[in-house]
Amino acid sequence: MSLKLTVNGEAREVDADPGTPLLWVLREDLGLTGTKFGCGRAACGACTVHLDGQAIRSCAYPVRQAAGRQVTTIEGLAESKVGQAVEQAWIELDVVQCGYCQPGQCMAAAYLLGQQPNPDDQDIDIAMRGNLCRCGTYSRIRAAIHRAAEILRG
Amino acid sequence: MAPIPQLTSPDAATPAVPEIRLELSRRSLLRAVGLAGGGLLLGVRWPAQAQPTTVSAAAFAPNAFLRIGADDVVTVICKHDEMGQGVFTSIAQVVADELGADFAKVRVLPAPANHAYANPAFKMQGTGGSTSTYTSYQQMRQAGAAAREMLIAAAASRWQVDAAGCTAEEGVIRHAASGQNASFGELALAAAKESVPAEPRLKSKSEHPLIGKPVKRVDSPAKVKGEAIFSIDAQKPGMLIALVARSPHFGGKVQSFDGRRARATAGVKAVVEVPSGVAVVAERFWQARQARAALEIQWDGGDGAKLDTAEMRRQYAELATKKGSVARKDGDPDAELAKNPRRLSTSYDVPFLAHAPMEPLSCMVELRADGGADIVTGSQFLGPDTLAAAWALKVLPDKISIENTFLGGGFGRRATPGADFLVEAIHVAKASGLKAPIKTIWTREDDIRGGYYRPMWHNALAGAVDAKGHIVAWRHRLVGQSIVAGTPFELVMVRDGVDQTAVEGSASLPYDIPNVGVEMHLVKSPITTLWWRSVGHSNNGYATEHFFDELCRLGGVDPFEERRRLLHKHPRHLRVLELAAAKAGWGEALPAGLGRGLTVHESFKSFVAQVADVRLVDGRPRVERVVCAVDCGPVINPDIVRAQIEGGINFALSAVLHGEITLEDGRVQQSNFHDYPLLRIDEAPRIEVHIVDSTDEMGGIGEVAVPPLAAAVANALLALTGKPVRRLPIQEIQ
Repeated sequence: MSLKLTVNGEAREVDADPGTPLLWVLREDLGLTGTKFGCGRAACGACTVHLDGQAIRSCAYPVRQAAGRQVTTIEGLAESKVGQAVEQAWIELDVVQCGYCQPGQCMAAAYLLGQQPNPDDQDIDIAMRGNLCRCGTYSRIRAAIHRAAEILRG
Repeated sequence: MAPIPQLTSPDAATPAVPEIRLELSRRSLLRAVGLAGGGLLLGVRWPAQAQPTTVSAAAFAPNAFLRIGADDVVTVICKHDEMGQGVFTSIAQVVADELGADFAKVRVLPAPANHAYANPAFKMQGTGGSTSTYTSYQQMRQAGAAAREMLIAAAASRWQVDAAGCTAEEGVIRHAASGQNASFGELALAAAKESVPAEPRLKSKSEHPLIGKPVKRVDSPAKVKGEAIFSIDAQKPGMLIALVARSPHFGGKVQSFDGRRARATAGVKAVVEVPSGVAVVAERFWQARQARAALEIQWDGGDGAKLDTAEMRRQYAELATKKGSVARKDGDPDAELAKNPRRLSTSYDVPFLAHAPMEPLSCMVELRADGGADIVTGSQFLGPDTLAAAWALKVLPDKISIENTFLGGGFGRRATPGADFLVEAIHVAKASGLKAPIKTIWTREDDIRGGYYRPMWHNALAGAVDAKGHIVAWRHRLVGQSIVAGTPFELVMVRDGVDQTAVEGSASLPYDIPNVGVEMHLVKSPITTLWWRSVGHSNNGYATEHFFDELCRLGGVDPFEERRRLLHKHPRHLRVLELAAAKAGWGEALPAGLGRGLTVHESFKSFVAQVADVRLVDGRPRVERVVCAVDCGPVINPDIVRAQIEGGINFALSAVLHGEITLEDGRVQQSNFHDYPLLRIDEAPRIEVHIVDSTDEMGGIGEVAVPPLAAAVANALLALTGKPVRRLPIQEIQ
């Protein structure tokens, strides 16, 4: 079935079973492999993307529900000021270790900062607890979100 | 014990690990060769068939740790895989410093499979055991230094000046007296024709602008932008995706299957039996997943169908009442324990644990017309992988090419002696009869239920204290499975009934106690087991350091002072212990409801002490702060050391609070992150890291923060509640 969606500002058309999770359409049909598969049941956050500006878990989100809507993936994150600040902070603080979960962490962090420009540690914990990091970079994730908020304040 | 058969798996026919005779003499190491594309390349010789495909065609290929292009780019080919531990950055720092490179122009690529990249600690190519930095530090310095001398020689000859008057800094060779200079790129071709210095001068510490500095990670930008390629991201034209339905029971086999519904699923190209189960090959992941769900398979579970971890635990405890194979005996612990009335016997249990790296396993295989294969995967063990792949295809290893990607976490899971996931992917490609490259992907459920776990251990401990409360007897009996049984490592790692990997951290108990006994009972089961970040230390750090505090409590002595007293022959233990205690404020009055626990543990040649502050919130431990002191010898990158300590503590805390794989009726009870939870950000403690400025022998860092953490938390709870933690993960505390 042919479906139309806008990905990182570009109109895209894909031919996929409408029940396919958005994640696999992004990765396999559109070649956007920055969004990661971690669990397949919205339990780890590695697949986090923005759908019409809202953070969702694309591994458990049927592509048909994304039809006609705006999808932003990690590849498009730097298009926004918040996204740039998040990437800059992540690199400044060397948050990453293996790095596999980090696109999802960055997408979740950008969504948080869009909602709440000056989050405290508790806000961060609540917003980010759905994003697992097996390498345990949590203290740097917290610090990087504070740093991104600082960058955005200018 | 129930009749449990010897470990078998589809890859049980593991080839013997050959003695790889890699002469790491300077002469062979630093063999420079003529260049095709205008560059200087240094390294050891490798067979022409195994040239790294990751090096661009413009580069000269037969040898390499280091390549310098005419474009000034310095490419370091890192023989250790990057799985988060930061080795691409630290190795690049070392090479760049000796070379005098501009770090902004340094790139790092993963080494492909080749004997040239053998890890001297294993005598084959592999990343693990926290060995990367200390085993390659001198080798990488020499590679960089020789290249520097050749660039200088080329410049001196071009300018007709004395080489001694030339310097290499920031990627430029300068001759101050004549005012001439040239970039590395401009000199690369000429440098390649210079003879290789037999004894290149290694720089002194003061000449290293990068070593010891918190240089930014080279892999951060690509990983943050989603550009880094992991195994699961690797693509080739026409690539197909495979999923394998594996036996729900360890050691189980397919009895029969009906693949008609699976074959009728859209996009499915093949449904075939493989040694590990039934594979479904499709155009897309989701199609393969749907088709796999449509398979109807009858399994022969064998003895694995009866496994029950609760029952195994009971059997372990019973076995622990009997004397085991002796790993260590000082004095006469049995006699002291028999006569001393101030004694304590207890036990600690730890469960099977899955590594659960965030990136599930995957491996892409393209079979070649010559009978070999081109493989792309994320592996810690390219040496054994190459041999296992050759064995599976019945070809010589030179017909196997393996490229490594970034690894989305490893923790030991990507280092299987029998190359389980790689060999399986080969079987899938072979059985499918398809010409396309096929990437076999594991789902999270496949990963959690797929075995290769950290073994379950039962620790029986007995100890006694003297009239002053000081520890005078110690006996530790371990019961569990050997991770190396049935692998080529068994020959060297199991001696007289003792698995050396299982007693690391217990047989090496550093305390000056007159009577020490360490014994073990090895049991067998069809459950596959493997090294898991910090291996035996992950159990022994908990058992020994928690028991130590239990004995201190029995003796009425301070755990810090008793450790100091018994570590008087171990200055590096003492130094981190005292540093952590001082930084944490050991001995000061604590607010109500807060418990504080302290531990010290040596592993992988490094020394770590931790102090944990723990509270109880609704019967669950809440770790508020961990203060950690580490002595790993000279440090290449202190920020990476810090990151490994932070990460190691959180990794260990996952196991303390949550991690547990159990089996009932032969089935793994967990399947994904909802029932095999990992630590989340709201549970992550504040972590303070203090690095000892050390000139002692260099040690490892990737695993060393894991072993002491469980006991630090358990000791804090013991101090807070008066009750020991008898098993992990910690159950609700009343």
